[in-house]
Amino acid sequence: MAIFTDSQTKLVVQGITGRDGSFHTQQMMEYGTAVVAGVTPGKGGRTFEGPGGKEVPIFNSMDQAVAETGANATVIFVPPAFAAGAIMEAADSGVSLVVAITEGVPVQDMARAHAFARDRAVRVLGPNCPGLISVGGAKIGILPGSIVTRGPIGLVSRSGTLTYEAVYQLTSAGFGQTTCVGIGGDPLIGTNFIDCLRAFEADPETSAVVMIGEIGGTDEQDAAAYVKEHMSKPVVGFIAGQTAPPGRRMGHAGAIISGAGGTAAEKMAVLEKNGVPVAKRPADIVGLVRDALA
Amino acid sequence: MDLHEYQAKERFRAAGIPVPPGEIATTPDAAEKLAAKMGGKVVVKAQVHSGGRGKAGGVKLAADPAEAKAHATKILGMDIKGLTVHKVLVTPAEDIATEAYVGVLVDRARQAPTFIVSAAGGIDIEQVAAVTPEKIRKLTVDPRYGLLPHQAYWLADFLYDDPGLINKATRIIAQLYDSFVASGSSMAEINPLITTPTGDVKAIDAKMSIDDNELFRRPEVAAMRDSSSEPPAETRAREANLSYVKLDGDVGCCVNGAGLAMATMDLVKYYGGDPANFLDIGGSSNPDKVVAALEIITSDSNVKSILFNIFGGITRCDDVANGIVEATNRIDIEQPIVIRLTGTNEDIALRILEEAGFSAYTSMDAVVEKAVALAKGAA
Repeated sequence: MAIFTDSQTKLVVQGITGRDGSFHTQQMMEYGTAVVAGVTPGKGGRTFEGPGGKEVPIFNSMDQAVAETGANATVIFVPPAFAAGAIMEAADSGVSLVVAITEGVPVQDMARAHAFARDRAVRVLGPNCPGLISVGGAKIGILPGSIVTRGPIGLVSRSGTLTYEAVYQLTSAGFGQTTCVGIGGDPLIGTNFIDCLRAFEADPETSAVVMIGEIGGTDEQDAAAYVKEHMSKPVVGFIAGQTAPPGRRMGHAGAIISGAGGTAAEKMAVLEKNGVPVAKRPADIVGLVRDALA
Repeated sequence: MDLHEYQAKERFRAAGIPVPPGEIATTPDAAEKLAAKMGGKVVVKAQVHSGGRGKAGGVKLAADPAEAKAHATKILGMDIKGLTVHKVLVTPAEDIATEAYVGVLVDRARQAPTFIVSAAGGIDIEQVAAVTPEKIRKLTVDPRYGLLPHQAYWLADFLYDDPGLINKATRIIAQLYDSFVASGSSMAEINPLITTPTGDVKAIDAKMSIDDNELFRRPEVAAMRDSSSEPPAETRAREANLSYVKLDGDVGCCVNGAGLAMATMDLVKYYGGDPANFLDIGGSSNPDKVVAALEIITSDSNVKSILFNIFGGITRCDDVANGIVEATNRIDIEQPIVIRLTGTNEDIALRILEEAGFSAYTSMDAVVEKAVALAKGAA
């Protein structure tokens, strides 16, 4: 078991012919993900050559890709100007999961795309996210498959590379994972901490959850309240940006302290108050997980 | 990207919102001439990307051109929250009967543009919302349909009793939404929206933030960027497509990914050092970016050591390694560099670095401790 994706996933790659799309399609296939189709408008009828010469058909549209292959999920590598359109096209195609890797999608575009996907009950992960890995099942996105190992920890994070860091340290210490989810660094994201916590709570293989937040917004505080009220499994936290100055955007479009709620100190305090111990540095996450499982 | 008041007013005017005339002066003499041309009382307003201009003495009423010149002399060059004032807006003083607040922003929790209006204008709206929430009216727009006429009316109706004022405010609120959308804005605000004794409704202050992700398709808005209001290194970083924020410490940080970059800064602090900067070299990396990153980091004379912390996902470690080698060949770097590379293609990357005479770490704690020690040793 895992959350959001597993070995039943049949994946489309939107933007399969681009530099990042083709590189990561190779990586996903090497991990064992069933990539059944690619979509690049105007390149339908060609094939993408995956590892070991395995051929993936390319279609002009999501509609064709899903009709021909029975795909149930998609990952999006298309440029920012076309990303919201690609998400809405995917939401109309019959897949149930849309993972949007693209960074730099205009926020007003995303407000429309999220509303569109919500109406169709399609789960969007991201945008501006690294995707997810259900260990031993499927890898959707750009998380490096080499650092994960199977085990009882669920991991959810707003950051990409900080996710890798935490996974790497957990794996090195012998704590494997069920699913690692990067929810993305944008202000408007389709899947938030609470969605992931709810899914991990319901996943029988997950025993504890690591949640990695950062400055900006109040999603971590909302998640803390959710943990206190609804979670039986232990959750440990980490918040990036303790040294970030207020009012400055720290890389991620959503990582900006505006008002008291957005600071790392405030988030750490609210998490601790709601029974979520917070690591002072990434290397301390492992110790907190060990304590939580003891 | 934040717009100056005068720029936001240009956007508002283009959408049809009644905004008093105003012109920019960069010298006291120019301010005096503008005041003479406008006649009567004028307001001289500092154009700077900071709140609290009024409290800092950056907004002054002048009875005549001589006084406008005197105010401009004081305000130009003034430091407001670390930012130097280079321009003042000169605008006729208005007779104010009432002041209201009208703003729209992309609300993270509601995932849509959300209006806030209040009849208690001219003051801090966050405080009004927190202390007296009954004094605000909030409305979330469905971005697929836009702000509907009855919704604009519902907001305006909360501000005024007089039907004429409600109609004028309804139009302004709809125009504000149009301007918000057309500008690719993440926040647009009229504070205050005034009524005059003669029954006019006008925007006498304007604020607008543009979503950086919109700039590629709105060159006319992108052209409004005022680079004089940011450190040169940040301008250079933006041109190189790097995300950089200068801080006050001495440990230069070059990291891939915003979250890891923040965690690296935090860890520098944890080990008793002070980060010199936030720098995210971004998703798909190429060697030129690393060269630019090193040039930007070393342009800060406080930097005593440089630390790379790269965990490869989309970023390939071999790209980064090649970039580091190429950059150190191209430019003279005095500061010691310590490198941590892990992830996609790390074996190739480590080989490249070792062949070039660098030593690479795999632990984040080890590399940060080393960088902090080097910064202290060099002090």
